[in-house]
Amino acid sequence: MSGNLEHELKQRRQQKKILLMTHLVLGYPSLAINREVIRQMAEAGVDCIELQIPFSEPIADGPVILKANQRSLDQGITVEECLRFGQEMAAAFPQVRFLFMTYYNIVFKYGEAAFLRRTRDIGFCGTIVADLPPEEGQGYLATSKELGLAPVLFFTPTSSDERMRQVAAQGAGFVYCVARRGVTGRQTAFDQALDQYLARCRRATALPLAVGFGISNREDVARLADKADMAVIGTATIKLVDAQGPAAVGPFIAGLKVSL
Amino acid sequence: MKKGYYGQWGGAFIPEVLHATFADLNKAYEQARADASFWQEYVELMGNYSCRPTPLTFAENLTRHFGGARIFIKREDLNHTGAHKANNVMGQGLLVRRMGKKRVIAETGAGQHGMATATMAARFGFACTIYMGEEDVARQRPNVFWMEKLGATVVPVTDGSRTLKDAMNEAFRDWVASMDDTHYVIGTVCGPHPFPEMVAWFQSIIGQEARQQILKQHGRLPDRVYACVGGGSNAMGIFQGFLDEPGVELVGVEAGGEGIATGRHAARMIEGSGATPGVAQGYKTMFLQSPEGQMLDTHSIAAGLDYVGVSPILVDLGERGRVRFAAATDREVIEALSLTMRSEGIIPAMESAHAFVQAFKEAPAMSPDQAIIINMSGRGDKDIFTIAHAFDDPSWKDFIVKRAAAYSIG
Repeated sequence: MSGNLEHELKQRRQQKKILLMTHLVLGYPSLAINREVIRQMAEAGVDCIELQIPFSEPIADGPVILKANQRSLDQGITVEECLRFGQEMAAAFPQVRFLFMTYYNIVFKYGEAAFLRRTRDIGFCGTIVADLPPEEGQGYLATSKELGLAPVLFFTPTSSDERMRQVAAQGAGFVYCVARRGVTGRQTAFDQALDQYLARCRRATALPLAVGFGISNREDVARLADKADMAVIGTATIKLVDAQGPAAVGPFIAGLKVSL
Repeated sequence: MKKGYYGQWGGAFIPEVLHATFADLNKAYEQARADASFWQEYVELMGNYSCRPTPLTFAENLTRHFGGARIFIKREDLNHTGAHKANNVMGQGLLVRRMGKKRVIAETGAGQHGMATATMAARFGFACTIYMGEEDVARQRPNVFWMEKLGATVVPVTDGSRTLKDAMNEAFRDWVASMDDTHYVIGTVCGPHPFPEMVAWFQSIIGQEARQQILKQHGRLPDRVYACVGGGSNAMGIFQGFLDEPGVELVGVEAGGEGIATGRHAARMIEGSGATPGVAQGYKTMFLQSPEGQMLDTHSIAAGLDYVGVSPILVDLGERGRVRFAAATDREVIEALSLTMRSEGIIPAMESAHAFVQAFKEAPAMSPDQAIIINMSGRGDKDIFTIAHAFDDPSWKDFIVKRAAAYSIG
């Protein structure tokens, strides 16, 4: 199931102007609602879904995802439940590519190699670890690649061209391009600086580019269409589910799609 | 060994967005460290603006009381802002000025580090934001008052357990957006490299002084040195004066809270504490956490010791047997505090009183020609609200009730 994510995304990209990746925090508001939200996302045609395994110290996340992490943990979510739920989703929606997003301590405590093997065995195609730079993640990177998993690394507006090349050479699947400084969920200004940044990202790697942090509507997605390969919708769907319930997700995602 | 590692501990587990910021910080730190005039400027600043060198006081009455080793107290309480925290903060202030940044942010638990940072910011002319857990804001109102009067903005953190670790997370969240003009003044020998090493360097001034002072007053090195350990900055500060002397035993005293067996404590390094290796807040160390890696709530009578992690440098020194660890319970801390006040007219902070507890347990069994140093990391009198509460003092409560009544009428 994991296959070669980079290849898969490039193929999908032939059919679509831009791909979509969505994100949700496992156990928030509940696994039952997660299940419904994922079904809606899958039916609306998202390409990838990152499932965040909650952590008590999510330093890279903004207030919405932070609170979702906390609420989920307060309700007693466990890593084991997240893994089992992930397995169920990967089996139910084979057309979607699933990745785990989390912080390194979750991986470390499970056992790095054991976590990655399990991730592959349940049919996931990669992992996104917010606080594991390549310098600290040599074992993680090597094991992921051995298993055919994509360890997704980050570009940020503060990354130099040299740093981008260095990072891209070590990651796989796609590069997660953080659209701006700061934590998840805040508005991104879609301006010339962003265009220049994405052009730098493009020059630094042949890997597909996913762009995230603060993308919330069709205009945002459309603006990215020529400059990136995949738009990442994170905080926006969490807010939507909070405000309108899971049934609103399908129409929202469908409305984001930019046709060829 | 890999840079920033102490044995298998430490590292820099930072989000990619901070990569360039840490590269700049490492460069500035390494340049300062290689530049003898920087340290000289630091020592002069601490002598002129703060109260360095702080005295090493021979505690004659306590020594007589226990009838064992000679007890010396290193008086970080006499440092400006009343604790060792100022050493680190003023040092980082000099570095911030060199880096040309205009704003500083910090986390604080009890408020000591926040106050020290606000003081430094006032002195250097930096804008300053302090993140403090909502629960700590409520517990430590006097420190919040002073931070605000010193010109800092105090932001109550309402997430997680609303204490020190959550304030640290929130400071990181500020920093990932503001790093161009902002420096994050981490308050202890924890966090991503270079913070443990850098903060230990600034705090080493304590050990350098103590070493000279004990040689002068006692004629030779001490037999044991005691320091409380929360994050571990005061302990690292004084221990560095004696690390290369195998004859000097170094003892770190953690917060035993209501007793290790109750689970309501903040000890990570002693048998039965339940701490396990983990990676959080940018570094690898021993954390109080669940088997799946979620951080647990900690407890201590002393807010400054109430933290899930501990310095990676101290974990390594512990593993190598160079530092021995012990724990003091809340109750023992109050007893040691009372005894020290009555015997010597000295009021240790409750954090520091943990070190006194262990020293008092061991001193009587030592011989009168031996000497020990207790690092008194801070003074307690400015924490009157906390200490009076811990003493459950009836006349103090009466005063508060009357004052509150007067305010509500007024």
